[in-house]
Order: sequence, then structure tokens, then C-alpha cells
Amino acid sequence: MSVKLLFEHLDKPGIRNLEGYRSHGGYQTLEKALRTLKPDDITGEVKKSGLRGRGGAGFPTGMKWGFLAKPEGVPRYLVCNADESEPGTFKDRYLMEHIPHLLIEGMAISSFALGAETSYIYIRGEMMYVYHILQAAIDEAYANNLLGSNIMGSGFSLDLHVHCGAGAYICGEETALLESLEGKRGNPRIKPPFPAVKGLWGCPTVVNNVETISAVVPIVRDGGDAYARIGIGRSTGTKLISASGHINNPGVYEIELGLPVEEFIYSEQWCGGITKGKKLKAVVAGGSSVPVLPAELILKTAAGEPRLMTYESLSDGGFETGTMLGSGGFIVMDEDTSIVKNLWNFTRFYHHESCGQCSPCREGTGWMEKVLHKILAGKGTRADIDLLWDIQKNIEGKTICPLGEAAAWPVAAAIRHFRAEFEELTSQITEPAGQV
Amino acid sequence: MPKVTIDGHTLEVEEGTTILQAARMIGGEAVPPAMCYYSGLETSGGYCRTCIVEVSKGSEKDPRPMPKPVPSCRQVVMDGMEVKNTTSPKLLEARAGVVEFLLINHPLDCPVCDQAGECHLQDLSYEHGLSKSRYEFKRREFEKIDIGDKIKLHMTRCILCYRCVKVADQLCPGRVHGVINRGDVAEISTYIENAVDNEMSGNMIDVCPVGALTDRTFRFKSRVWFTKPVNAHRTCETCCGRVALWLSGDEVLRVTGRKDAYGELEKDAEGRTGWICNTCRFDKKNEADWTIEGPRHIDRHSVISQNHYETLKQLKIDISRQKKLSEKAHNE
Ligand SMILES: Cc1cc2nc3c(=O)[nH]c(=O)nc-3n(C[C@H](O)[C@H](O)[C@H](O)COP(=O)(O)O)c2cc1C
Ligand code: SF4
Ligand code: SF4
Ligand code: FES
Repeated sequence: MSVKLLFEHLDKPGIRNLEGYRSHGGYQTLEKALRTLKPDDITGEVKKSGLRGRGGAGFPTGMKWGFLAKPEGVPRYLVCNADESEPGTFKDRYLMEHIPHLLIEGMAISSFALGAETSYIYIRGEMMYVYHILQAAIDEAYANNLLGSNIMGSGFSLDLHVHCGAGAYICGEETALLESLEGKRGNPRIKPPFPAVKGLWGCPTVVNNVETISAVVPIVRDGGDAYARIGIGRSTGTKLISASGHINNPGVYEIELGLPVEEFIYSEQWCGGITKGKKLKAVVAGGSSVPVLPAELILKTAAGEPRLMTYESLSDGGFETGTMLGSGGFIVMDEDTSIVKNLWNFTRFYHHESCGQCSPCREGTGWMEKVLHKILAGKGTRADIDLLWDIQKNIEGKTICPLGEAAAWPVAAAIRHFRAEFEELTSQITEPAGQV
Repeated sequence: MPKVTIDGHTLEVEEGTTILQAARMIGGEAVPPAMCYYSGLETSGGYCRTCIVEVSKGSEKDPRPMPKPVPSCRQVVMDGMEVKNTTSPKLLEARAGVVEFLLINHPLDCPVCDQAGECHLQDLSYEHGLSKSRYEFKRREFEKIDIGDKIKLHMTRCILCYRCVKVADQLCPGRVHGVINRGDVAEISTYIENAVDNEMSGNMIDVCPVGALTDRTFRFKSRVWFTKPVNAHRTCETCCGRVALWLSGDEVLRVTGRKDAYGELEKDAEGRTGWICNTCRFDKKNEADWTIEGPRHIDRHSVISQNHYETLKQLKIDISRQKKLSEKAHNE
């Protein structure tokens, strides 16, 4: 049996409510933190745990907390990023829907550690029903002195607000999120300054993913060292994986980091193999923005080592032969899947979601979508493949926020690994693209 | 004071100086083009990405090169930093890519655009553009909008540099100007076509690098290169009253602020930007309203704006090559 830290009690009846959550040890960790630990002790445990941000970038959480500026007399904020909108990623929604108090407990402990007295959960607006679940849980917590003033008589007070987004993927980018939370248009900010110095309302702010903040609960409960013993190397602890696509058991799984990819795809305990006994063609391992890998490279690295579900193993080989763990959106494609069509679908998404602030992303995402559409319509030429390559290259690294890269990488990877498929689709026409 | 080297020129600058500002101190080839940065507007810059440069050495302390090209208008100089602008072929290629992005949806209607001749996008495409577009799809179009009776918004030409938005934010109390929608259908809006009714709103016209915001009182009156610019001033209670008049004979066709070599309004001795008010801009259209100082030297590098063909060399365009390319394109 594999270790479960976040989902240990997920299947217990009534776990969504305060009573059920408490009957399985809920809020005991908060009590322990408030009564026996100092804020810096908690940050110390998080550092020891090796926890890395679960929102996609994998930045060490303890280090992020350590960067938080602490000027006298200036409020600090903790903001939870629950905007989860990346195609293929649906773990935060699942967690909040089933065990909302875990996130709330994590928010309370983390806010205490960071010295934040007001905190926010910014939730994707389309998940209205989850908002209601979360708000009901917060109301319960307030009614039981687990939030609000003087929590459990400890002297620590916390106001926790949930704020609904209005349907923009870009508001998941942390600085766009902060703009949106301030009531402005959700445009990413130009960095520096970083949120740790100038975040919400210009004050020092930590932005963390739902899963990251929830993981703080078991870390403080069992100690950072215990958490760090799970996993391999710098990939410690457990990770939620949203598995989708052509697999027999799609769903959200909590895995120990270090699980072999092959076992994850084929074992009955996890994805249960490819549907209808088909062959595996490709996997997008960490949400729509990470490079797609063909079957042979997702199961084994270029060096022939088995590929593991860790930050390091998945990115082994760089983008030439590797990918990223990202947010853990694991999309599996069988032998009948059209890579080009799938890519067009992703590209259409990024085109639609670009905020339009910087020229390469604003103009390039739409252009790539149009070229892909042309290729799929059977009107593309070989030169269009090279054009696509140029466009993605001209976007990459030249934008304000990583959405530009998120749009460029999938295009690059699809051409890199599946060029033959593009060539087949453009085999009819040979004259060069472009016009006067 | 930090020391920075840009394309081989080394200089010392104040703490907090950006690469672009430092490059402008050097001048000439070292200066990256800037379409959205505007020194008189806070938080401007960072959007268009034409000013990107390569940082081949981060600083004395951390000499590693920066992994991505950086926007020079936003990146602050560090001591020992080494920057490549025109000396990096890789960077020039990247910049050409940005210029291509800015042009794919631009209507290229220069022949009927009032900005032609003083348009930054026109200059930029001369210097960095391809003679042939690789974009073969329908370009986006918007309806033209009158922003009050004095300003025309031709959104189709806009490059979303956000300068006018910052003018509205920073110079005009009770702003009604902003951006609606997102991505490549984002547009400048005046919260649904409300007139921007403010004494300083006309400055939007001067900051707009393209022909998206133009002066309705000058609309189609003349090509700018047929008009004669003179410096003039008057005593004004609202603004600095220091302007450029654009004359045809003794008729004042247009009044604008005084733009410097980078298309920004000149600053006074105290460093204040020479914004002008709408009364000076739109209502003082008689020579008698002004004290004329003398002809205005136009220091811009665009061919048309100068009307001085001998300076073409400065442009570094190989005319014969351009001609060949355009003939080739034509034959195809
Ligand atoms: C376009 C874009 C969308 C993003 N969406 C999310 C999101 O929905 N949820 C999330 O946690 N992080 C998202 N991120 C990452 C955040 O910017 C940020 O890195 C993260 O919330 C930090 O939390 P962590 O350190 O706990 O991972 C997004 C980033 C980008 C560029
Ligand atoms: S990269 Fe795209 S989404 Fe990000 S700021 Fe630029 S235009 Fe907006
Ligand atoms: S209208 Fe002009 S100034 Fe305003 S954003 Fe567009 S290009 Fe810039
Ligand atoms: S001038 Fe620097 S990004 Fe536009």
C-alpha cells in the first residue's frame, strides 16, 4: 500500500463536514501548531520537508516562505491559488470538493507561520459548487473558533475569504491573480518586484497552490523529516495526479513521488492500462503546457533508465527527450490519437486565454492556432511546419508571464517528436507558405 | 555607481537606471527601439518587447548570462553588466520576430494614415521588418470610434502599448479609458465610447506610437511631411504652453507637444514632461495665439518625417537589396 497523506481519509463518511473531519484527527495539527510551535518553527519544518510548489513550477515552498519580506507595521498575506484551469489538471477541485477542511486547516497553519491575519482563497469561478462547499466549511470553522479572532484561545486571529474568479485561465498566474483579487483586470504584473516583496495591495504576499498548502498539515503533524523520507531525492512526499485520457481508471490519485511511470499507467491500482487494450502512443505528463512525449520516452529516459514520477526523472534529458512533472495533469493518448489535432486543441485554448499584454503571446498564439487549423483542414504545406516552429521559437522566452511558454512548448514538442505526422497531413501540397 | 557595457561602450550610471536609459545616454546604434516605454509615464514599458536585449554578463557578482532576452526598458543595470543590442545576431533575430508579431495584424494602411511619417511602427518595420509577410490569414479589424469630438480611435492600428491607458490613468482625473476583452481581441475602450472629457486627454495622441489615436481636427488635412514644424509657446494656466506648430503657409494645421528623438515629449529643466492641454492643442489654431521661436529641428530617423533623403545612409537600409526583394515578391 502506498502512503496517503492528503487523501488518507478521503473515503470516510462525512469527511466533508467539520464533525467527520475532526473525528479523523482534523484540526489537531492546527492546535499543535498554535499551542506548541513558533511561526519560524513551522517554516523550518516546511523547509526540512523539501515540499515543492504543487502549482506547476515546483519551487521549494520553505524557501518561498523564507523570502517573504517582513517590514514592521505592514500586513502580510497568504493567498491560495485555487484557480485550477489548465487542461488536464483537476486535482485541487477534487481535494476541495471532498475534504475542504484540510485546505482550511492548512491555510490557518500557514497563515500563522507567515504572520498573515487575512488570507484569501482565489477559486476558479466556473467551480461554483465547490465554492459553496468551501464556504460552508469555512462557516463551520468560524462557528467553532477555528477561524476568526483568537483561534482556540491562542491569541492568533485569522480572517479567511474565498474569492471567485470570473473565467480566465490567466488569473491562475500568481500576479494576474493578485490584480484580479484587487478588483482589477487580470493582467500579469511585470516582475520584479515579486509578490514576496510587493504582492497583494502592495504588501508582502505568499501565493501557494491548494495542494501545497494542504500538504503543510501532514508536514507539521509528522514533522518535516518524516515527510522528506517519502519520495526520492529532491522530490519528496506525495503528489496528486489527475489522470485522464485513454486509460481504464481515470481519476485523481495520490502517489508517492518516485513511482515508475510504467507502473502508474499499467497497474490496476492506478490507471489500469490503456482502454480497449490499445497501444500507448504519447503522454502529456504535467498538464497541457508541458512537452508531450512519445511512449518510448515517457516509459524510459533517453539513457534507458525507467522514467519515474519525480521532478528530476521526468525532466531528464531536457526538452530534447524529457518533459516536466508540472501540475500533475497526466494525459494519456492511445495509438489512434491525432497529435496534431490534440495540439490544435491545446493551442486554441492558449490563444483564447492569452491576456494580450505582450506582443509575442497576443499575436503568436492566434497565429499558431490558425496554421494548425489550416494543416488539419488538409491545406497546409511543408513550409507551414517550419513556420509553426519559428512562431513558437519567437514566443518562447520573450513574454511577460509563462503563458507564452505554455503555448510554445507543446508546439515545439509535437513537431520535435511527431514531425512525420505533420508531414503526412501536409503531403499533398508542396508550394511554400505565405503570401505577398 | 554601477558600470555597464552596451555593445562595447562602457559607462557609469546612477543606481536604478534601466538598460534602455543607459543606452540612450550612449546614443546611436546602442539604443534599442522602444514602442511602449515612455519615460514620462510611470509603469510604462514591458509590453511590446521590441526593446529586448541580450545580457551576456549579469553583473560582476554574478557573471552568468541571463537565460532569456530581457526588456531593456524594465531591466535595471547591475554593476559589471554586459549587454548586447546590435552586436548580437541572435538578439536581432529575436527582435525581428517581435516586429513580425506586431505587424501580422496591422492593416499597413500607411497611405491613408495620418501618422505616416512619424509612426514608430513604420520606422521599426523599415529597420527590422521583412519585405514579405508570412501571415496569410485575415487581419483583425475593429470599428473606428470617436473619442469625443477631438480624438479618433482607429483600434485596428493599435499595438496595445498601453501608453494611452497610462495617460488616462496618470494625467486625467476621473478616467474612463481602459482595455476591454483579452488576447488578440483586446481593445482600447472608453467604457463604451464615453468621450474622454478632460483637459489633458489630447496627450494620448502624442504618446500613441502608431496611428491608432489621431487628432480629429487635423484629420486628412495634410501629410505631415508637407507641413512645416516650428517651436512656439504661449502663457497657459493649465500646461507648460510649449508646443510644436505644424504650419502650411501661415495656417496652423496642427498643434502637438514637442517630441524628442525617441518620440517622447521633451522635458523641462526640472525633468517635467511637456504635456500640453487640450485648449493649446485644439483651440489655439492661429499664429497670433503663439510666440513663434523658430523652425523645429526634426531629429527623427524616419525617411519620410525628415524629408531629407541625404540622411538615408543613417537608416542603414540597403536600398538596392530592398528593391530586389520587393521586385521578387511582386513577381511571385
Ligand atoms: C498561465 C498560468 C496559469 C497558472 N495557473 C495556476 C493555477 O491554476 N493554480 C496554481 O496553483 N498555479 C497556477 N500557476 C502557477 C502560479 O503562477 C504560481 O506559480 C503558483 O500558484 C505558486 O504556488 P506553488 O508554489 O504552491 O506551486 C499558473 C501559472 C501560469 C503562468
Ligand atoms: S505571456 Fe500572454 S498571458 Fe502572459 S502577459 Fe503576455 S500576453 Fe498576457
Ligand atoms: S491606441 Fe495607441 S497609445 Fe493606445 S494602446 Fe493603442 S497603440 Fe498604444
Ligand atoms: S519598450 Fe520595452 S517592452 Fe516595449
